[in-house]
Amino acid sequence: MSRIGVFICHCGSNIGATVDVPKVVEAARTLPHVVYADDNKYTCSDPGQQSIRDAIEEHDLDRIVIASCSPRMHELTFRKMLHQTRINPYLLEIANIREQCSWVHKDIEAGTAKAIDLVRMAAAKIDRDTPLYTTTIPVNKRALVIGGGIAGMQAALDIADAGYPVTLVEKEPSLGGKMVMLDKTFPTMDCSACICTPKMAEVGTHPRIEVRTCAEVEKVAGYVGNFEVTIREAPKHVDYELCTGCGLCESKCPTKITSEFDQGLGKRKAIYKPFAQAVPSKPTIDAAHCRKINEGKCGVCEKLCPTGAIRFDDEEKRSTETYGAIIVAIGYQLIDWADLYGEYGGRVASPNVITGLQFERLVNASGPTEGHIQRPSDGTEPKSVVIVKCVGSRDPHKGKAYCSRACCMYGAKHAHQYLDKVPDGRCYVFYMDVRTPGKGYDEFYMNTQRDGAVYLRGRVSKIYEQGGKLVCLGEDTLAGATVQVEADLVVLETAMVPADDADRLGSMLGVTRDKDLWLSEAHPKLRPVETNSGGVYLAGTCQGPKDIPDTVAQASAAAMKVCILFSKDELESNAMIAGSDVGLCNGCGACVAICPYQAVTLEEVTRRENSVMVTRTVSNVNPGLCQGCGACTVACKPGAMDLKGFSDEQIMREVEALCL
Amino acid sequence: MSFYNLSSTSSGDLAAIAQITRDAGVNLDDCYQCGKCSAGCPLSDEMDLYPRKVIRMLQLGQVSAVLKSRAPWVCATCMTCTARCPQQIDIDSLMLSVRHAAKRAGLRPVREADIFDDLFMAGVRRYGKSNEALLAARFNLSSGHLFQDVLNAPKMAKRGMIGPSLHKVKDRAAMRRLFGRALRTTEGEKGDGI
Repeated sequence: MSRIGVFICHCGSNIGATVDVPKVVEAARTLPHVVYADDNKYTCSDPGQQSIRDAIEEHDLDRIVIASCSPRMHELTFRKMLHQTRINPYLLEIANIREQCSWVHKDIEAGTAKAIDLVRMAAAKIDRDTPLYTTTIPVNKRALVIGGGIAGMQAALDIADAGYPVTLVEKEPSLGGKMVMLDKTFPTMDCSACICTPKMAEVGTHPRIEVRTCAEVEKVAGYVGNFEVTIREAPKHVDYELCTGCGLCESKCPTKITSEFDQGLGKRKAIYKPFAQAVPSKPTIDAAHCRKINEGKCGVCEKLCPTGAIRFDDEEKRSTETYGAIIVAIGYQLIDWADLYGEYGGRVASPNVITGLQFERLVNASGPTEGHIQRPSDGTEPKSVVIVKCVGSRDPHKGKAYCSRACCMYGAKHAHQYLDKVPDGRCYVFYMDVRTPGKGYDEFYMNTQRDGAVYLRGRVSKIYEQGGKLVCLGEDTLAGATVQVEADLVVLETAMVPADDADRLGSMLGVTRDKDLWLSEAHPKLRPVETNSGGVYLAGTCQGPKDIPDTVAQASAAAMKVCILFSKDELESNAMIAGSDVGLCNGCGACVAICPYQAVTLEEVTRRENSVMVTRTVSNVNPGLCQGCGACTVACKPGAMDLKGFSDEQIMREVEALCL
Repeated sequence: MSFYNLSSTSSGDLAAIAQITRDAGVNLDDCYQCGKCSAGCPLSDEMDLYPRKVIRMLQLGQVSAVLKSRAPWVCATCMTCTARCPQQIDIDSLMLSVRHAAKRAGLRPVREADIFDDLFMAGVRRYGKSNEALLAARFNLSSGHLFQDVLNAPKMAKRGMIGPSLHKVKDRAAMRRLFGRALRTTEGEKGDGI
């Protein structure tokens, strides 16, 4: 026979104003197995908690119901309080009579009746609660960072500087990500490469950071503290142990290919470093374009290499290692505007319609034009430039509904850079709203206007070629007039969208994606770098569009979370997890398919049934991986799967208390 | 420039705007005034209010000015605006709804457009097809522009674009049923005066 104590909270006037608390106390006293009921002005306060502890001693309570705010608010507080008593912390039920009652109702009578219902349900459920216990899991103090852009590099450096080993996986041949492609960074206009490449070098030489380029995460198993990660490294065809990075091979390679790093505006070789300051500062062979690999001819690099480092027969490598925590920093890509905007020329647009990232390469001193702004079509200097913002952003019809956050600033930067390099040029910026929150941001925008950039408030409706010019039609809604600009060059400031890998990686790691496939943080305000998957953290633009300062701040925050995790030798596991009744399980595997955390597996067990030894396939829950979501319990047809603390019987007790 | 006393918007104005947007299936709050519609409109030069401004005036409650505007009557419903609108606002339907509302209020700012529409629809209703010569003749008589396009007639006749016989569909009763059903679904709307 259980001895239940019920404690009703006024929460000042939060509950007390809409719920007649003394009446709820009266009603609670009449419930089965309730031996004590009382109210409190603020149950979560120290005196409130003390009164519960006293009541437990005085009335020999063995489980308690607290009717107060949402369990998300104070369940942990009260569990900690029960740790100081002889009651198991899981013999606690919270009846949410604030968020789900007093805050959403105005009528005292109805609110009181509902509060009584909620308390009755909680009391019925707690009668069937059982003590639950946590276990400890060891923490493997090695971190994996996925993505070698500025976010991944910052996170890796912070963790490594704190003393923990880090593996950084980058799918491109060099670290640097998008930031190293940029020419200058707003609003201070410091050279992007000048602040990014020292970080790359630091990561490359750090004794506790292992960098793997041309590599991707192929498989993730395990759980917080104990992830088993399979990393696949594409063949580089160059032995990095022998290569000195002298660059002779690259200079003599006869094959020229469009450069991805220069956004299609320049050329590179088949054996190449993407850019001069690449880290590692050693070349890789692009197997798809190498003549030796494809046709068996050439082999110039092999003949010339002074250290004999070329390996045409190099193969991809796979390795599986254990990590305690994973930081996802896979960044973003730009929306493919040509498929969406036929009115801007679409797939057959003029080569003089370029993206912002292409403009960065065009204006960069080590870019394809050595920093001279030239039209891609004929190499002439554009005398008028139109910058179009919000291409693909704030456009739910064709692109994305969200604002990409950084474009207003880099759009202003592009206008400033153009007018700086072409003082007699004209620059027009089409915008929807100018959004410049940030230190020194609005001042920068105002200065761009003083530089001579003409801001036109409206969206460009059409871009077409006429007489070697690009005619842009738009409305300046401030003048209330349609306007036409004949431009030599058009720069589209296109929306940031998630990297191609985001969806695959998200499902592999059990990280949810939002409607636009950005990886979701656990709480938008209070847990911005954590995910719903324990031990997996987010850094940078994979979580949503942001600029460099925010990216770096978030990366350091994620690194800090990893360090907190690594500061412990063992972790306490979640007690409220699923468990399967071997006797009822029929091995159908529905739970395996539905589990978002890969926590359930099928395994063979041999056991005595009706005095005969039988071997059957049944499901097994990994307590480290299970997050207690309960999806498997719903999918389980024979009813073998139950969530501890939310068993089918407990839920039915609640339903009966309400309905019967 | 114009002066709008926003406090003078009456509940009747708001009801009229609500009906216009309901008929068009448009939510005015979706529009953030980017002007992509106006910039792409092939007829914006002929409009006293740009499509964007029609929406803006309705957002501000200035329905009477919109009902007097020529813009919805000049609109050719080519749908370029709707196709390009980032917020997917059905602007051409909105223009038609404004026309209906104007007619309900006894206004037709572009008289010829109204006459042409009525005659065109009446012709299609009767024959199932548009007969250019008949339409032109009736339009000229009704509008008072007696000799408009008359010089084009011989050239069109020569190319077989107009002729003495009337184009008709076989099942004209079906056509009438079709019109009847369309009118019933718009709940006895007398909009275009069909």
